[in-house]
This record gives sequence, C-alpha cells and structure tokens, in this order.
Amino acid sequence: MSAARNGIEVEGLVREFKDVRAVDGIDLTVSPGEIYGFLGPNGAGKSTTVHMLTTLLPPSAGKATVAGFDVVKDGPEVRRAIGAALQEAALDPLLSGRDHMRLQTALHGIPRHERAQRGDELLERVGLMLAADRRVRTYSGGMKRRLDLALALVHHPRILFLDEPTTGLDPQSRNALWGEVGRLAKEEGVTVFLTTQYLEEADVLADRVGIIDHGHIVAEGTPTDLKAEIGRPTVEIMPSDPEQRDRVADILRRFGELVQVSPDSVAVRCAHGDLDLAEIIRALDAEDLPVANLQLHAPSLDDVFLEKTGRTLEGAAAEIDAEPEPARR
Amino acid sequence: MTETALQVYHLARRSVLRQARQPANVVAPVIFPLALLAVNSGGLQPATSIPGFPADRFVAFALAIPFMQGALFATMNAGTDLARDIQTGFLSRLSLTPVRGIALVLGQLAGVGFVATIQAVVYVAVAYAVGVHPRAGAAGVVVLLGLAIAIAIGFGAVGVFMALRTGTGESVQGLFPLLFVFLIISSMNFPRNLIEVGWFRWLATANPVSYLIEGLRSLVIEGWNGEALALAFTISAALITIALAACGLALRTRMTRT
Repeated sequence: MSAARNGIEVEGLVREFKDVRAVDGIDLTVSPGEIYGFLGPNGAGKSTTVHMLTTLLPPSAGKATVAGFDVVKDGPEVRRAIGAALQEAALDPLLSGRDHMRLQTALHGIPRHERAQRGDELLERVGLMLAADRRVRTYSGGMKRRLDLALALVHHPRILFLDEPTTGLDPQSRNALWGEVGRLAKEEGVTVFLTTQYLEEADVLADRVGIIDHGHIVAEGTPTDLKAEIGRPTVEIMPSDPEQRDRVADILRRFGELVQVSPDSVAVRCAHGDLDLAEIIRALDAEDLPVANLQLHAPSLDDVFLEKTGRTLEGAAAEIDAEPEPARR
Repeated sequence: MTETALQVYHLARRSVLRQARQPANVVAPVIFPLALLAVNSGGLQPATSIPGFPADRFVAFALAIPFMQGALFATMNAGTDLARDIQTGFLSRLSLTPVRGIALVLGQLAGVGFVATIQAVVYVAVAYAVGVHPRAGAAGVVVLLGLAIAIAIGFGAVGVFMALRTGTGESVQGLFPLLFVFLIISSMNFPRNLIEVGWFRWLATANPVSYLIEGLRSLVIEGWNGEALALAFTISAALITIALAACGLALRTRMTRT
C-alpha cells in the first residue's frame, strides 16, 4: 500500500470511447483529508474520471491508486475504502429512506445488530429522520441528494466521491450539503473528491482545485493561489453623466487594460491589483468626474478558466453541450 | 446465512416491496388473463364436442393459458424494473457495494416469484369458484403452483437478461410480441393431436411453450401424467438455466467493475 492511505494518486489516466478521448492523460494527487474540487463544464471529463477512480470504468491507459489501492488490480479493496454519490441521485422512488439504508448497510456487510442504528444515525445527520419512512418519490431534490450522501457513508469510507452533488439544488439545500461535506473532511478526516461546474462551490469547499477542459487538467492549485496567479482585480466605474464615459475610459487606461463589463460603465483590469484603487479615485477627483457607482471585482475562478482556456466556464458548457455525447462504452 | 444468501435476501425483499407497492404490476397480470379466459371459454366451449377433445368444459382445458400469460407479464415487469435501475444509475450504486451479480439477478427474480404466486393462487381459486376441480387433487394443486412459479421465473429471467443486455425498458417491452407469438403457435387453444393444419401442428409440436402448457393442463384435466409433467419441468429448468447463464454473461458487461 502506498503512503497515501487515504489519498488519490493519478498518473497519465486516459479513457477513450470509440473516437472520443474523454479523459486525456490527467495527473493529479489528492492528499488525505483534503477536499479536492474538480471543476469543469459539462462533458469536460469529470464524471468519466470519477467512474474510473471508483472502479466502475476501466481506464484505457494510465495508472491510479485510491486509498493506496490500484483501481484496476484491486477493485474490491478500492470499493471498500470509498463512498460515492454519483451524478443524479440514484434512488428507488418506491423505497423509503429507511428501506434504502437497510439495503445499503446489508449489502456492505454491516452486522445485523448495527444496521438500524447506523441507518438512523446517518438519516439523523442529514436531517431526514422525520421523512425516513416516506417513499423517496415524495422527496425534494435536496432531500434526495442528502439521502444519497448518507448512503455513500454507511460503511465509514475513508474517501468520498461526490459527482456534482448540488446540481439543481436550491441555495438552502446547497448550503446544507456544503456544511456536511466540510464537516466530514474537517471532523472525520474523510478525503473528498468533488466534481462541480459551480465556481462558487469549488471556491467555498475545496482546499485545492483542478480545472479540467476537453479531458485535460488546465490548472491546479488552491483557489487563492489560482486566482492570485492571474489575480488582478477589476475596477468598474459608472460615471454620473453617461456623456463622460470616454473621459473616464481615458483615465482608467492609465491603470491597466480596459475590459467590457456592462454598457453603462467602464472597467479596467488593474495592473497593480488593489493598490490602484486609491489612485483611480484620486485621478477621477482631480479631473472633476463625479461617479454614480464604483465596484471592485476580485478575480474569480471563472477568470482563471478564461485565462487558461480562452473561454468562460459558462461559454464552454454551452459549446460542449452542443457536441454529440460520447458512447458510454 | 452466507454473504451471497444475505445479499439475495435483501435484494429479494426490495424486489417484493417494489412489486407490492406497484398495484398495477400485480393486478394487471391477474385480471387480464382471467378476462381472456372468460372470453375464450365462452366462445370456444363448442370445441369440446369435437371427438377426442380431452375435456368437457373449455374453461378447464384453457386454465393453463392464464398461467402462461402471467409469465409473460412477469418477463415484462422483471425486465423493465431492472432496466429502470440501469437507466437511473441504481445499478451503479449497487455495483459499488460488494454485491455479487448472481445475487442481483436472483433478488430480482424473487419479485417475479412473489407475483407469480399471487397469480397462481388467484387462478386456482377462480377455477374452483367456477367448478373446475383439478383432477390431480390437492397435491396436484401444489405441483401446479410450483410449475407455474418455475415457468414465471424462467420467463422473468429472460426479461432480466434482456434488460442487462440492452439497458432499456423499451427493448424489454419489445419481447412481449415475440413471446406472445410463441404462445399463439402452441397448443394453447387446441390439443396438438386435433390440429389438422399440418404446418401449425408442426410448429406447435416444435414449440417448447406447448409442453409447458400441457404440463399445467395435465394436472387440471387428466390427473397425474408423468410424461407431461417431466417435460414441463425439464423445459422450465432448461429455460431458467439458459436464461441465468445468459444473465451471467450480460452482467459481465453491464456491471463492469475492475
């Protein structure tokens, strides 16, 4: 077993579907107890990577170890060490939450006298105790996701794979799920591999982020480092008199490159970061240009994606959605 | 209980719960075959006056048909349920547990057995209610139930195979017309020795479904016919064995795990 008993190590991982190379030689390392955010648009290769790491899909090439076990040679050991909530909560609408727990605990070989207790403990933890005996078809999307998470945890996994766990959830359900995932990593030391297409999710939850596009990892690091790497804030100014836009633009041009934000305002990506803000205000004041609104935009992961791929994450998703789906196998 | 037996038990429990919570899955396979039996028995009663016809009442002769139609419904229900598991990702969830493929298939078939038992009990009860008393007596009724369940499980396994192979409920439902043709070209409505059209008699003789029907029928209208029962049980066993083997092969692709 490798030193990274609760970690993930991936080297040159490839998965091909007929003519499509869905994952194209990725390398990554996830340390024990870390939350790793795997960020990318739909169709970028996130779910295919998760399927390979959870042993559900054999890689075409490359090597990956999960919890110290090879995903190709040691499938059963990997599965014992991991929990997974895959894309779309895969639940049986005719069973209740408690029925699901009973089935999952039994199939994981949890001793009979512990099954009910473990099931109730997890249902309580994800806030589903009152709905435990209701059929899943009556659950909201958030409740299904929470049940999905609880099911992934029944056998005390050391590593948790969450494939777009908050897609389609309302903000309240999303926050509740984030809270639980954060707690699992912090208090129980569970390593979390989380795929997402939401920048905010990666920003809030992940210790480190890998950005994947067209099957390649295009950037990797902590959200702070990634943003700092390209990290120049944008100052957006709306003059009180719209006729003065050109004069404002002439002033802002001294501080960096102008960027288009909205038709009523002028924005500049500051060459010297936050330090330019005071100078900009002084310059506008000196020219006697009153300002209706001024905003400082910190760099986001979308800026990182834009810098690395030349597209915004939203634009990339639309572009990939227009492409045909690769064959499953 | 061994690990595999435990897995079968829990998956069977799920399968039975699913069937019990979908009344249409239980009611339709009971009601429709009985309605067809009523129509057939009313319309074809005069056939019993043909010399050599083996029963006085057509309803007794035709009682085996609902069991076969019920088995067809079992094929559809078992297959579409599993196809739904594949399409929703539930099978992937199960694949991430230590569950064995055979446990998955046997668990699924337990639901088929459950519905088949209810069907068979209702058909027999209806038979008694309309004055048809199986000639083989109480023990014969037990054998009749056993054979009916075996046939339903065999057909159910075909549905499970189709679901594993194709992964879609639509493909499973596409089996229905095919299996229905097998039913139509059997000795369902007429004893083989009285079929005068040569090609139809040949098809009915070559069709294994005829022997399943004749095994069930023999207990109702003849009593104990060792040859008919042996053929019916052998064909059921062969169907179960072949379908389960095919399921095993299909599982290797469908439940890919490293």
